[in-house]
Amino acid sequence: MESTVNKKETFLRGIVAENPVFVMLLGMCPTLGVTTSGFNGLGMGVATAFVLLMSNIVVSQVKTQIPSKVRIPAFIIIIASFVTIVEMVLEAYIPFLYEQLGIFIPLIVVNCLILGRAEAFASKNNLIDSIIDALGMGLGFIIALTLLGAVREILGSGSLFGLSFVPENASTFIIFILPPGAFIALAYLSAIFNKIPTK
Amino acid sequence: MKKKESTFINMLAALFIVTLISGLALSYVNIATEGPIAAAKLKRKVAAIEMVVPVFDNNPVATMKAVFKEGFKDSVEVYSAHKAKKLVGVAVIGMSNKGFSGLIKVMAGFHPDGRIINIQVLEQKETPGLGTKIKSERFIQQYVNKNPASFNLTPKKDGGDIDALTGATISTRAFSAAVQQAYEVFENLKKD
Repeated sequence: MESTVNKKETFLRGIVAENPVFVMLLGMCPTLGVTTSGFNGLGMGVATAFVLLMSNIVVSQVKTQIPSKVRIPAFIIIIASFVTIVEMVLEAYIPFLYEQLGIFIPLIVVNCLILGRAEAFASKNNLIDSIIDALGMGLGFIIALTLLGAVREILGSGSLFGLSFVPENASTFIIFILPPGAFIALAYLSAIFNKIPTK
Repeated sequence: MKKKESTFINMLAALFIVTLISGLALSYVNIATEGPIAAAKLKRKVAAIEMVVPVFDNNPVATMKAVFKEGFKDSVEVYSAHKAKKLVGVAVIGMSNKGFSGLIKVMAGFHPDGRIINIQVLEQKETPGLGTKIKSERFIQQYVNKNPASFNLTPKKDGGDIDALTGATISTRAFSAAVQQAYEVFENLKKD
């Protein structure tokens, strides 16, 4: 199959112009739930990006073999398998991160970013383009979650990646590590990202 | 290449093959990670025990005694640490459902004479920045070296000896209740 898309643009658009979190507002559940610190956001971002990459690779390869009426269940099974693999590997080798992310790891299955890319991109494009698309979108998701987690951690806990820069009893904006703070921080970051000129 | 037609047989075959391959892949990963997962869990447990009792040379996990407690899903686990065949400390898991957001699970280490050596929070869902301070060293320090037989673990508001965390009296109360539960289990076992 001939490549029909511009590779550089496919990669770059996931980072700013079509950032999955700040511009497309996809995958809000893990975005709001786990980003209480920069490290958690980074961990969640990497786990999701890995699943996205693997599912895009597989979907782009099997797309002609799957009748279109059952493509959604087939994609979901492929995605769920990779999520379960990630969950088991995290529990075995990075138990600390596994505990922090908890219920949000199995929920990667229903992250609409992953199914969205499988349906909208990988099922219509070839392997190389699908990998580039997954890398771009995955990187955009990692950047978004890490940024959101870092902002909330700086304001809410007075630390960054676990390194505290305020005295132990200093009062910080605790609201930022609580659920309402997730919405506030997301709204401001989203506004900033939508103002960045992309052309 | 043309897409496969959505006939009944094609759909059945496609879904069957997809599920079969994922099933095989998952069982392979499950077998591969089973050992490391069990090892990681054990390591976490031993690390928690090491934090709350003095240096030991036996395997406390092998001495584990489970005590059933009404109202809790998990039973209370008791680990004894020995050095040169002499009991040096006992690590007991204590729980309370009265936390601000439910279960608080701690591991408390006791000297054979009943004094608290140290406490580790194993599980909690308290409010970040307020109730989560039950994990801070300054707070836990209030319990260290106290014998619950003569030291009232409840917060001062309830007539006890503990300074409650600012804005988190409920978390303090639940933490104390969990330590108290661990102490009672320890005392009961000592009598036997």
